[in-house]
Amino acid sequence: MKLTLKIWRQKNAQDKGGIVEYPIDGIEPDMSFLEMLDVLNEGLINKGEEPVAFDHDCREGICGMCSLFINGEAHGPDRGVTTCQLHMRMFKDGDTIFIEPFRAKAFPVIKDLVVDRSSFDRIQHAGGFISVNTSGNTIDANTIPVPKVDADKSFDAAACIGCGACVATCKNSSAMLFVGAKVSQYALLPQGKVEATERVLNMVHQMDLEGFGNCTNTGACEVECPKGISLENIARMNREYLAASLKG
Amino acid sequence: MAQSALLNASILKKVAMALSGIFLITFLALHVTLNFISIISEDVFNEASHFMGYNPLIQFVMQPILAIGVIFHFVMGFILTAQNRAARPIAYANYNGAANASWSSRNMIISGLVILAFLGLHFYDFWFPEVTYKYIAGTAPDATRYYGELVHKFHDPIRTGLYCVSFILLGFHLWHGFASSLQSVGMHNKYSRFLAKVGYWFSVVVPGLFVIIALFHHFNN
Repeated sequence: MKLTLKIWRQKNAQDKGGIVEYPIDGIEPDMSFLEMLDVLNEGLINKGEEPVAFDHDCREGICGMCSLFINGEAHGPDRGVTTCQLHMRMFKDGDTIFIEPFRAKAFPVIKDLVVDRSSFDRIQHAGGFISVNTSGNTIDANTIPVPKVDADKSFDAAACIGCGACVATCKNSSAMLFVGAKVSQYALLPQGKVEATERVLNMVHQMDLEGFGNCTNTGACEVECPKGISLENIARMNREYLAASLKG
Repeated sequence: MAQSALLNASILKKVAMALSGIFLITFLALHVTLNFISIISEDVFNEASHFMGYNPLIQFVMQPILAIGVIFHFVMGFILTAQNRAARPIAYANYNGAANASWSSRNMIISGLVILAFLGLHFYDFWFPEVTYKYIAGTAPDATRYYGELVHKFHDPIRTGLYCVSFILLGFHLWHGFASSLQSVGMHNKYSRFLAKVGYWFSVVVPGLFVIIALFHHFNN
């Protein structure tokens, strides 16, 4: 396949950055998108040019590290996959492909296509956990009965890998699908109910401090989420937050 | 958490926006019902309009509540839109919003601005003359004037056209707004799909009836 890549290049966080065009040839349809970028970078290095910086880790669709906004969509045109699971057969010979970093005030660009998603970590630190005594007297979680329906919904919410595609694709840069999933995975379990009030108040407060936008229920986040996290989690977070607000 | 932070929280703003929207949806249902009477019976329309225009509960309690609801919905809409734009200071060079969200959901501010402009025209046509008639000129009540005033306004094809375009944009606004408001207040259960369908029908039927009423009076008189 012969392609034209239009890639966002930015030397560092202070640099203004801009789109740079790269023609590329010899791409196999069965290559992953990241492998295609590896081929590009190999060529750039051989020419003595700076390779394109992009995030990646497991390349198995489970770590949430790879990002990229490809042809106007988070993780590209395929559904239910991260960028590392996107294959070049989704594109046609001769295509022009735009590759940009995830864009949000709360996800500042570090270099080229690499963004700082530590705002998600700070939201998690604000309440995305349960406090347990780990001194040796911890009760086995399996001794606490959990209805199957709740366990399944909690597990579905916990499938969120925190990749940030929801923020990247949302026209408002809202993080409510991520926070909704993290609130839900605990709110649905007996172990999570003890700190439920503080959790939702603190996590939403941190989310607002980070500068994410407001959810307007377009549903784009659910469509682009590689793990199929449902909008139901946002509705549950809204309910949790309203109840917590009344409790104070 | 501080009380000020709680009151400024994104979710509470979203819920307040949704509740004001639900209130305005209820008002629209009432408004279209009253207007529809005008194509069935001139006398009943006059009677109903006169009741609405001179009932103290409606005039001095419901009308101010409605005004507050409308103003709040617009002001909050502008505030949220400004915050959302600030959340992405650098726009994408290539953004394919149509790939994952409907036009109506992505352009609520555009349909909202058209509705705001329409409200200006609607107030100029009906509300200001009504206030002048009742409270400034102090004219004696006349329970037979409403139908004639309504029909007179729709003589003008440009005005009728502007009304119809505004109603279509209202439909797009409701298409997303109805189900979105329920999701915002935390409703997402086995009834959600049914209620979303109710919302779609509402967004077609109510603006559709407004269009039919405007065209009926334009062509029939």
